[in-house]
Amino acid sequence: MTTLTSDTAMDELKAYIETVKKKARPESYLIAILHKAQHLYGYLDKEVMNEIAFIMNLPTAHIWGVATFYHYFNLTPKGEHTIAICLGTACYVKGAGDLLDTLKEELKITIGETTEDKLFTLQEARCLGACGLAPVIMIDEKIYGEMTPKKVVALLAHFRTEK
Amino acid sequence: MTAKNIAIYINDKPYQVQPGQTIMQAADLLGFHIPRLCYHPKLSLEGACRVCIVEVEGMRNYVASCAFPVTEGMKIHTNTEEIRRARRDIVELILDNHPQDCHICERDSNCELQRLAHTMGMKKHHFSGDRKRYEKDVSSVSVVRDPEKCILCGRCVRMCSEIQKVHNLGYAHRGFKTVVIPAYDMPFKDSVCTACGQCINVCPTAAFVEKNYTQELFQVLGDSSKIKVAHFAPSVRAAIGEAFGMEPKNLEKELVAALRKLGFDYVFDTQFGADLTIMEEAHELLARISGKGKLPMITSCSSAWMKSLEQFHPDLIENVSSCKSPMSMMSAIVKTYFADKLQRNPADIVSVGIMCCTAKKYEASRPEIVPSTDIVVTTREIAWMIKSAGISFPNIPGESFDQIMGLSSGAGAIFGATGGVMEAALRTAYEMYTGETLENIEFTEIRGLKGIKEAQVVMNGKEIRVAVVHGLGNTAELLDRVRKDNKYHFIEVMGCPGGCVGGGGQPYAGLNAIPLDEDALRKRAEVLYSIDRVKTIRRSHENPHVQRLYKEFLGKPNSEKAHHLLHTHYHAKEPRGIIPDHPIVK
Amino acid sequence: MEQPGSDTHLHNRSHAIFGDMSFFSKQMRIALRNCGTIDPDSIDDYLQARGYEALAKVLTEMTPPAVIDEIKKSGLRGRGGAGFPTGFKWELTAREQNEEKFIICNADEGDPGAFMDRSAIEGDPHTVIEGMLIAGYAVGAQQGIVYIRAEYPLAVQRLERAIVAARAEGFLGENILGSSFSFDIEIRLGAGAFVCGEETALMHSIEGFRGMPRPRPPFPSVQGLFGKPTVINNVETWANIPVIILDGAEWFGSIGTEKSKGTKVFALAGMINNTGLVEVPMGTTLRDMIYDIGGGIPNGKKFKAIQTGGPSGGCLSEQYLDTKIDYDSLAQAGSIMGSGGMIVIDEDSCMVNIAKFFLEFTQNESCGKCTPCREGTKRMLEILVRITEGKGEQGDIEKLERLGTTIKKASLCGLGQSAPNPVLSTIKNFRVEYEEHIHQKKCRSNFCDYLLTYTVTDKCVGCTLCRRVCPSAAVTGTPKLRHEIDQMKCIKCGLCFKSCKFSAITKTSH
Repeated sequence: MTTLTSDTAMDELKAYIETVKKKARPESYLIAILHKAQHLYGYLDKEVMNEIAFIMNLPTAHIWGVATFYHYFNLTPKGEHTIAICLGTACYVKGAGDLLDTLKEELKITIGETTEDKLFTLQEARCLGACGLAPVIMIDEKIYGEMTPKKVVALLAHFRTEK
Repeated sequence: MTAKNIAIYINDKPYQVQPGQTIMQAADLLGFHIPRLCYHPKLSLEGACRVCIVEVEGMRNYVASCAFPVTEGMKIHTNTEEIRRARRDIVELILDNHPQDCHICERDSNCELQRLAHTMGMKKHHFSGDRKRYEKDVSSVSVVRDPEKCILCGRCVRMCSEIQKVHNLGYAHRGFKTVVIPAYDMPFKDSVCTACGQCINVCPTAAFVEKNYTQELFQVLGDSSKIKVAHFAPSVRAAIGEAFGMEPKNLEKELVAALRKLGFDYVFDTQFGADLTIMEEAHELLARISGKGKLPMITSCSSAWMKSLEQFHPDLIENVSSCKSPMSMMSAIVKTYFADKLQRNPADIVSVGIMCCTAKKYEASRPEIVPSTDIVVTTREIAWMIKSAGISFPNIPGESFDQIMGLSSGAGAIFGATGGVMEAALRTAYEMYTGETLENIEFTEIRGLKGIKEAQVVMNGKEIRVAVVHGLGNTAELLDRVRKDNKYHFIEVMGCPGGCVGGGGQPYAGLNAIPLDEDALRKRAEVLYSIDRVKTIRRSHENPHVQRLYKEFLGKPNSEKAHHLLHTHYHAKEPRGIIPDHPIVK
Repeated sequence: MEQPGSDTHLHNRSHAIFGDMSFFSKQMRIALRNCGTIDPDSIDDYLQARGYEALAKVLTEMTPPAVIDEIKKSGLRGRGGAGFPTGFKWELTAREQNEEKFIICNADEGDPGAFMDRSAIEGDPHTVIEGMLIAGYAVGAQQGIVYIRAEYPLAVQRLERAIVAARAEGFLGENILGSSFSFDIEIRLGAGAFVCGEETALMHSIEGFRGMPRPRPPFPSVQGLFGKPTVINNVETWANIPVIILDGAEWFGSIGTEKSKGTKVFALAGMINNTGLVEVPMGTTLRDMIYDIGGGIPNGKKFKAIQTGGPSGGCLSEQYLDTKIDYDSLAQAGSIMGSGGMIVIDEDSCMVNIAKFFLEFTQNESCGKCTPCREGTKRMLEILVRITEGKGEQGDIEKLERLGTTIKKASLCGLGQSAPNPVLSTIKNFRVEYEEHIHQKKCRSNFCDYLLTYTVTDKCVGCTLCRRVCPSAAVTGTPKLRHEIDQMKCIKCGLCFKSCKFSAITKTSH
């Protein structure tokens, strides 16, 4: 995720939409545009979605429907670190449920939320493809395997002090 | 209908049917009514509610009869023990996530879900559990959205997008948390909703209802210090019988009597206001044709269209007639001319519009429109009030309108049907412009339910090209044509399909009837055309009471006073609506 | 630590797994033939491994109907789960008269615990491209689309590079290899919706809509993406195509069982010694899979169940271990082939809880369009939660069965139609566990917290921590003396157990 000033981000988004508009059936690229917007802004802001609506000539209700349908899209700004807990079957069988409980307790948030200090956002993942290391959590695209509730607590402490 | 019939079996009985139909269509024609919820003949196929499932031999699972085509030799079962149970389970699952507060619900006794539950023979709750909880959205003055009552059949979403092309309603979120809501989960008052109320018309439950003002009205009616004035729209008299189980029929006199029994002091006819509108509008048209103002001129009496204009088509604001709607003209005259006659303070007079329309509630709240209509109730609301007050409608002796604003021409009556305003305006404009009598006053080419209708009239050798459009979806299409190739002089726009007869405040469809069925719209329109046919006065400018109003009070059409009282203005509003280039309902 | 899917990660994984020869001996690699042996970013490597030879063969030696015939003869069935005959699917699209047709690769692999498609694309992206090209030629399509999860950035990157390389070498684009056949491929990203694995939902997603399915017919082969005839197959299916063309339908048909030809890739995971991707000939037994390839259950634990097909599949008990892995045998046993998820469950796992886990997943992934799936899975889940919390009632099992059957038979799409499978199959094969939970309030695997009894042992030093954390004041005791738990007050939250620093609290099922 890149953090840019909103003007540069908007310029880049508009430039991207221009390339899309040259393709056949540009309206079908809405999800790709939302991916781009999220990449640029970290989440899907209402004003940004409005902008997309007008450039693409798509009703805002349609964009909102799509944005809220897919888990991948964030509708609020994310924390500094994103913790994804794998709830795939292998991890679950090996105790991911306990890890999730620990994370919820420690962070005082539930899946999809961001901590008050904006340090962590908690997300669930379906399978991170590291079943051999189950149970795993991923923090900012780095995998931590064979986790236990105690290791989770230690890991969170590490990220907190790093700040 | 030339294709060769195919043989199918329904419940072991052989039938010959046309190929290319769905199971439901074939079954309907053969006299089997398969229960249904999300299906609507005018809307795209959803296949979501699964209430219309049937068993087809050889298929592993049940199929949705609304979507599945018949094939040669197909053996269909609509009523086996197994299918009855599955269907009952499905309806029960819907009910288990529903407030089930039927006795305090606005749609008690005319709710499709309630009827369905009854037909299913629901005896027990097997699966009750957590139910969805949402706040009611009461922010709009016209439409109330209650997501707890919503069963996600999506008829409103498709109506709003496919027919009206407003795209205010959409599905948001997903799974058990799916909700029908405007963009960004915002309240209705901040949305692009045009208040047309068509979502209410197609909703099978009370997830969408009009903002109800019956309690306020009862309170006013009990206030002896006020002078209570009612005026009702043409379409109300044509359709109100349906709320009492009747076919569309002119119940004008019975309604006048019932309103007096309810406690109104004066009952006037909005058709008088319609005649007045024509006087102003025809003059405005002629002025524009002679170079004063933009062409085409577009009518302005549909309030949903007004809101749609300001949010979706602000570039055309100058094309729209400045005339207020008949309802607002009525209220303006009631609180001035009529107040003068009574020698009463206008503040003591309560002007109540009884309308086929939910958007008229919005119109009454517009700050630009003063003096305003104090309370607007729909056909549905007034029907309920009449029932609630114990009035034996419609079996009561009919009564006549109060005079001074009770006399109307046939032109005023046909306002309620699509094309009616245009026809009424042409009857007057022609004679004003040419000074000659128009021989054939029935413009049949602009009657009927075709989406966009066109006609030409030659006045003093000048060809006047007109178009008539109804339904906001068709409107968007016509306006695009206008933007590209402006060949029209005058356009009538009605926000609702069929015009006011199909308004968002009209009675709900009866048992096994389809909401907004074209047949029902045609019958309501026919009531209005038959009123016109038997009138001796069929042209607005011939209405002697309208003439008297100008003579005694307003002066001439488009006079300064008329302008002050009978005209208004529009301006672009946020949020701006977007009409996509392609259909976007999936 | 290495990232999953990174080169080192894959290398280490394969080394760790493939080091064991018994893991290899019963496997047969067709779809994954190049994975791990070629550099996925090198088209030259792929060309060395007979890459694009099948494409050249069809363009120069075979007519489109002959290609379809070959695929039909091979007996290849869709590897996405349902097992529809691939050649027949192609033929339906080929028959349609339409200037525009589409080929879609479904790489929206969503089963929790499955990563076959990701590994296949990461390890050998060109084979998917080649498979799609061959289908494009066979049915008369010009455009291919790979719909892939956004959560697979490396796979996306490899595929992007492969497409660029293939274009540069003239395998994609206008007049491919000098023929009159033109074809190109575009990547579209998913955005985290399991239901988009369903073909009509997937197509809606490509079209820029909410990924909600629609009733069929019309089938995608006739009226698919943008209303045009469309062939849609999953990654593994595409990976089989070039080999079938090169080595022939007869060869392919010689592998596997009568009605299920070729091999199948599985992501073997759970309580098993060797976890990872395996590719076995159809007809291999579950027993071989678990004990020979998988190396058995770790820590001397007893096997309890094997789950195939992910949230759409079922759990099979020990009596089914000799079931052959093929579409029909697995279905007959009460599970499904699925796209390749295979989880081994040992005696420590509670089957009611496993069923709950899968249902929680599908319930969360239900798109919300049709009533049975949206409302029904919610109710089933509520009943399961109740059972695992010790609040199960007489009649709950029957309710689950009734709801499950209605959802299965009345839902709009495959997700709903298969959502009850984990529950129905565990009721069928492990009914006694449900009954124990409901009637004896007992979880034989000591898994369901609410059915456990927490007791304080002699190890207690009276630190009072458990007393202080207990939300229901069930723990009593004075400092420095052994504490006690009032079972009537205990709400089984487990906080005392978690907080005890002396392991002085035990939980047991009665």
